[in-house]
Amino acid sequence: MSARKINLTVNGRAVEAEVEARVNLADFLRQTLALTGTHLGCEHGVCGACTVIVDGRPARACLMLAVQADGAKVETVESLGTPEALSELQLAFRDRHALQCGFCTPGMLMTIEALLRVEAAPTREQIRDVLSGNLCRCTGYQAIVDAALDAAEARRGTR
Amino acid sequence: MSTRYFGAAVPRLEDPRLLTGKGTYVDDIVLPGMLHAAFLRSSVAHGRIRRVDATAALSMPGVRAVYTMADLGGFGARPMPAMAPHPLLKTPITCSPLASDEVCYVGEAIAMVLADSRAEAEDALGAIELDIEHLPVVADARQGVAAGAPRAHSGRDSNVIATLRGSHGDVDAVFAAAAHRFSETFEIHRGGCHSMECRGVVAAPEPRSGELSLWTSSQSPYMVRRHLATYLGRDEADIRVTAPDVGGGFGPKANVYPEEFAVALAALACGHPVKWIEDRQEHFLATTQQRDQFWSLEVACDAAGRMLGVRGRCIHDNGAYAPYGLILPATALASFPGPYALAAFDLSIDVVLTNLVPTSPVRGAGRPNAAFVLERLADTIARRLNLPREEVRRRSFVRAEQMPYVTGGKMRDGSPVAYDSGDYAKALSLVLEKIDAAGFARRRAEAAARGRLLGFGLASCVEDTGLGPFEGASVRVTPAGKVVVTTGAASQGQGHATTLAQIAADALGVDLSQVTVKAADSRVFPLGISTIASRVAVTAGSSVEIAARKVRDKAIKIAAHMLEAGEHDLELENGQVRVVGVPDMNVALSTIARILSGSAGVPIPAGVEPDLAATGYFEANQLAFAYGSQACEVEIDPETGDCRITRYVVAHDCGRLINPMIVDGQIRGGVVHGIGNALFEHMRHDEAGQPLTATFADYLLPGAAEMPDIEIHHIETPSPRNPIGAKGAGEGGTIPAAACVISAIQDALGPTAPFVTMHPVSPEQIVEWIDQTRK
Repeated sequence: MSARKINLTVNGRAVEAEVEARVNLADFLRQTLALTGTHLGCEHGVCGACTVIVDGRPARACLMLAVQADGAKVETVESLGTPEALSELQLAFRDRHALQCGFCTPGMLMTIEALLRVEAAPTREQIRDVLSGNLCRCTGYQAIVDAALDAAEARRGTR
Repeated sequence: MSTRYFGAAVPRLEDPRLLTGKGTYVDDIVLPGMLHAAFLRSSVAHGRIRRVDATAALSMPGVRAVYTMADLGGFGARPMPAMAPHPLLKTPITCSPLASDEVCYVGEAIAMVLADSRAEAEDALGAIELDIEHLPVVADARQGVAAGAPRAHSGRDSNVIATLRGSHGDVDAVFAAAAHRFSETFEIHRGGCHSMECRGVVAAPEPRSGELSLWTSSQSPYMVRRHLATYLGRDEADIRVTAPDVGGGFGPKANVYPEEFAVALAALACGHPVKWIEDRQEHFLATTQQRDQFWSLEVACDAAGRMLGVRGRCIHDNGAYAPYGLILPATALASFPGPYALAAFDLSIDVVLTNLVPTSPVRGAGRPNAAFVLERLADTIARRLNLPREEVRRRSFVRAEQMPYVTGGKMRDGSPVAYDSGDYAKALSLVLEKIDAAGFARRRAEAAARGRLLGFGLASCVEDTGLGPFEGASVRVTPAGKVVVTTGAASQGQGHATTLAQIAADALGVDLSQVTVKAADSRVFPLGISTIASRVAVTAGSSVEIAARKVRDKAIKIAAHMLEAGEHDLELENGQVRVVGVPDMNVALSTIARILSGSAGVPIPAGVEPDLAATGYFEANQLAFAYGSQACEVEIDPETGDCRITRYVVAHDCGRLINPMIVDGQIRGGVVHGIGNALFEHMRHDEAGQPLTATFADYLLPGAAEMPDIEIHHIETPSPRNPIGAKGAGEGGTIPAAACVISAIQDALGPTAPFVTMHPVSPEQIVEWIDQTRK
């Protein structure tokens, strides 16, 4: 297998690495960088659990090769907040009970994070539409929609 | 004792970790020297293995070993133990960790590759030469019962492995005397579970101690330990099994799987830690599903539409093996007569082997199947007698004053079914009021003006919860004043770390943030059963209450001695034992814990056992019965068959709510699971038993854009059968949901449409029914 050298920024940190061309971004983040917050639920681009933000846009890390991220700015769930200092969005998820098993949660957070950066006041319908690329088997989605609305409101309030 | 947390919607203690990517799921575990496993699986539904040649595969980059069952034979190449033996199954019908002779479904594991990376292990699968002789296939349980049908296992005389029967009263007399009798046949398909995390196992031999450690994404880690120990001829104490964070369970992860055994055997054989992480396609092929049932039923009612009796039979597709015994069909049978007070019933279920993936309970187990047919029978009566659907139910329900109510049915252990408490009619009235059933006609007319068909649906159910015999817990106050709760009860997202902590915090008068719950690690707590059947709040919750009360009593005893006060004058508050009304007279729990932790040569109070800790095992010998009613509205586009659920309301009684927020989450998720069963989820196979829906592009899970907001209303009738008054809440959302949605679709299609007797219902099917109705 041919390896290639890549340079990228992950969660604000410069990363230089050798990767095999076939390694997808999710495996690279999880295995090479030990950022295990990005989860793989289907590995065929439907469930959205592996969603990360690449150059400002949500992307499925299972459908993108690590070499394609050469030169890119990648943000994962680890960039949002810490257990001691959750981000507004993470707090909203906690307060609304928008997660149960937590497996789809990082992808949900990154999808909504990307939405809130371009749409400060999304509607319920917009949020549900954006979430149509993320599957959750636990919550039934309603609490996730509620959390996204709360987070949007909180962000508007602090601007 | 003050109650501050029990009943409060406190945010979950597990969330900060899970929200920041700091959860530890099985795939997040990395051990030094770890190898990665991939399984070679059968590509045919039924065949005989002639030859497996791994020569080429062994020379592939990174490959360390290829194992068949013959290579692992030193550990005993025999079928796995049955998880739930049943007297009707004379011999276990289970597969081996790896198949060595006959394969009975597409996806059955035959060989495994160990390599330095998962990619290299998967690469090598393609280089294994496999020669399989095709055998005749039975891919439909209805064909499987026919004389002369191919056998799902070549060595068996019949595909019918058992016939279960449940009866009560003189059903023939009831039918003979009834004013009306109606017959229907039903086809219920339930698909798979599809937890977002697929399965995974890591096994690590510890060369110094000889112990074997296993991390597995299981609902039943202690069952994995027990059966693996038996299989290996080892003591349970030499095997440590942990379920770390688990990304959803929903039933199938309660099985003990061939892969769990194969990975453990491989780790012992090669001496390295071995990891296997299932991919989604394997999950479609090899994780148990809950599949088809075909019911032929008759219902008898009086002139007023009151249900009097039900009789008939079911053909149940059990798939290729019965690892879980007969639990799934037995649960369906034990779910009759639901909320209805029947004078008699007589039902039988033929359990049939097919060459499809084995089945197991999925959220609700067989209960949604029973609820579907009972609710459709109630709707049949309403339709035939031109009665309101709610009226048939009201007249047929077990009444509140009949509680406790003995149904005449039997649980799967043969004990009589007796509902403990509740008011079924009240739940129905509540849901009708909250959804504004009275205003439906107006909403229907408005929809009709827009060219849409609006339908109103309702369904009710009873759910047995809190299955015994126990799920224990220990509660310990550390010398630092922290409270540590340990239990065997695994969590797959149900929030046990919070609900169990709420119970302990109240009993000990400590802040919730001081409580930690450690679960599902056999080195931390000795015994456990399974997180299944909506049982943990009742069993483990009660055990935490019992253990925490013991700790409380011990703390009071010590404090009374230290404060020279009467035990009855003491209360636990703020991490202290203090004299009621004199808060300055107190002793900290941490102090008591330190005293009871002991120091060399320093005596502890006479007659008191060391450690401020206790263990409780609540004896769950009677079930707690949750119940509820659901109502919904669907809007159908008659041109496309698109069916939108526009309103959904739930009335539910699961006894005392420990954490209403968590209960609501369980119910919402459960309802959406049921909506998926009604409208989307269809695991298709062709006649040769080949899966046709093995990606999320073909097999549709409910998505955010299609799901409604769900309004929930609670009735709290405490269960008299446990010390916390709780009933389980994990499955009550799912059980009646498909019936509710189908009832609404039926209503939308109108009184002359065909009677809907199946699910899932596709848009194409809806258009076909509309066309038939218009002809």
